[in-house]
Amino acid sequence: MWNYSDKVIDHFMHPRNVGVIENPNAEAEVGSIACGDMLKIQLKVDDEGIIRDAKFKTFGCGSAIASASILTEMIIGKHVDEVAKITNKDIAEALGGLPEEKIHCSVMGRDALEAALANYRGHTRKTPEEEDHSKLICRCFGVTENKIRRVVQENNLKTVEQVTHYCKAGGGCGACHSEIEDIIDDVWKVKAAERCERPEKPKQLTNIQKIALIQDTVEREIRPALRADGGDIELIDVEGDKVLVALRGACAECPASPVTLKGYVEQKLREFVSDGLHVEVVSQ
Amino acid sequence: MSVIYLDNNATTRVADEVLEAMLPYFCQYYGNPASMHTFGGQVEKEIVRAKERIVSLLGISDITEIVIMSCGTESDNAAIHGTLESYPHRRHIVTTKVEHPAVLNLCRHLSRSGYQVTELPVDSEGMLSLDELRAAITENTAIVSVMYANNETGVIFPIEEIGQVVKEKGSMFHVDAVQAVGKIPLNLATSSIDLLSLSGHKLHGPKGVGALYVRKGTRFKPFMIGGHQERGRRGGTENSGGIIGLGKACELAEAHINDENTRVKALRDRLEKALLTSVPNVRLNGHKAHRLPNTTNVSFEYVEGEAILLLLDSHEIAAASGSACTSGSLEPSHVLRAMGIPFTFAHGSIRFSLSVYNTEKEIDTVIRVVPEIIAKLRAISPYWKEATAKTKARGAGQPTRKAAS
Ligand SMILES: Cc1ncc(COP(=O)(O)O)c(C=O)c1O
Repeated sequence: MWNYSDKVIDHFMHPRNVGVIENPNAEAEVGSIACGDMLKIQLKVDDEGIIRDAKFKTFGCGSAIASASILTEMIIGKHVDEVAKITNKDIAEALGGLPEEKIHCSVMGRDALEAALANYRGHTRKTPEEEDHSKLICRCFGVTENKIRRVVQENNLKTVEQVTHYCKAGGGCGACHSEIEDIIDDVWKVKAAERCERPEKPKQLTNIQKIALIQDTVEREIRPALRADGGDIELIDVEGDKVLVALRGACAECPASPVTLKGYVEQKLREFVSDGLHVEVVSQ
Repeated sequence: MSVIYLDNNATTRVADEVLEAMLPYFCQYYGNPASMHTFGGQVEKEIVRAKERIVSLLGISDITEIVIMSCGTESDNAAIHGTLESYPHRRHIVTTKVEHPAVLNLCRHLSRSGYQVTELPVDSEGMLSLDELRAAITENTAIVSVMYANNETGVIFPIEEIGQVVKEKGSMFHVDAVQAVGKIPLNLATSSIDLLSLSGHKLHGPKGVGALYVRKGTRFKPFMIGGHQERGRRGGTENSGGIIGLGKACELAEAHINDENTRVKALRDRLEKALLTSVPNVRLNGHKAHRLPNTTNVSFEYVEGEAILLLLDSHEIAAASGSACTSGSLEPSHVLRAMGIPFTFAHGSIRFSLSVYNTEKEIDTVIRVVPEIIAKLRAISPYWKEATAKTKARGAGQPTRKAAS
């Protein structure tokens, strides 16, 4: 028997915000009955971007129901930009923890929220998978390479078993285990390389050195993260401290791209290259 | 705690009489039955009595046909390994897709070390095809291992008909009867079974003891290699208390087998009928007639089994599910998948397995509680509304019993 926290049992026995919203301005569905769990979430967001109401319906086990229930409590009354930061860890923590085998329930909650926010921002997609064109790794549960990379990175996963617990990949026939191992190795090889090769931020850079380092940071740090969300970025030019980039894929249409740009790309470049950098988008 | 225990295929309550029979053999008569002194020798006598009770339940009389094991799993392993080692030139095993992991995972393990394994499929009611069985067995087949009754669905295979085919083809026949022994009458005296496995804790005996029947004249090599215990067929100092408990459990099972097949069966039938009629979109998993008297496995469409179990648990009702989430794996049970249960039903299966200890009152409670639980979960399920619409289109909310595809 699973060792569920009191909070999980409470939210399972008395799920909050079950139902449908008449005229939602955002909705999303993740998972499927064939895979054993599905979550449908709907949001009512006001003009200020505050989530006024959230409702869910779910097919799934006790912790799937509890994860969806607590998620609605975590987001109602909050601004969309704020809830966009919610991770699967936040959901699991709010529930007082989940058994490791059940973490995928919290990941499903996060995925549904993310898809609903994308839907709110004008994307037509209702499921996160629709814009993920990376390789399909787990055929039993339909999990792509990007999705696996992301759970590995975000949750510091080291084994196939953990990956299965977080996103189900590898939980069926097992034929993809070695591919999952390769992805894990790849993620941590890149990370390890970064750790070794990232000396103290260089004090004095020549222009050539600076451009090389910017290029390197875009490739290693920034692109993989954006690609995981179906987007991409290209470095166009560097003029002094001004970094010119072009956004591609999902990022190009994304109304949240100014946030991505300042909050993420610029911050990464400042962290890895130089504090004075600022980023501008060129349309190319 | 007044739990309503309907998970007797997982394990059973040790009968009071069994515990009582066992207790003296821990602190009082703890001698080694192999010892050359009366203190140990008196234990040996009780072990012989226990074996007499075991063979009696199996419809035979020769206690040398019984080898005591530590559990059903060991008994299955010993039967298959012991036969393969006795026929080293035969490299093929025939079994079914619905076996317990004790057989299935062992065969899959053996298939990685050079054995060829055929896993026979079952139909939507969980039944085997004798023609497919006949076609599968070759001169290279060392052993055919088929379960008597399925632990998840209770489906009973036509063991004697299967045995005839196996014998025609000249292979060894092992039967995992862990779920059948004590629940239905067996008669090994007139059977073509060569090896048969049973386990104490499934018939109100203690955990950690089982047995393997090895028909006289059957080639067999020990799996647990050690001392000369069990006539050299299974090493290890006898678990005297456990064996004596198993003997007592077999004696009680023989006395209760009629009750099991009348009163317990009637309780099961009443429960099953009530669930199939009071809840819409429900189906019975497994052949309706060829089934253990104590087991019913039903699936509720568009809800998930673990959620049902947790709500049952909140009413202190103990049952089991073949849903992915309960098995610790991510896919629904291999038995239901082998039967091709529609996927909208596969995750919502619940197994109720009764025993002679269950009462009418308990069953009444379950009949009352289950429809409420299913309705509660369906109110949360995103699939349910469409489903009711479909049901209505088909005919005014009648319970639908879709045929398995
Ligand atoms: C059909 C069947 N075979 C074998 C076993 C294994 O028995 P044990 O738990 O005693 O090892 C079980 C028990 O779950 C069973 O149901």
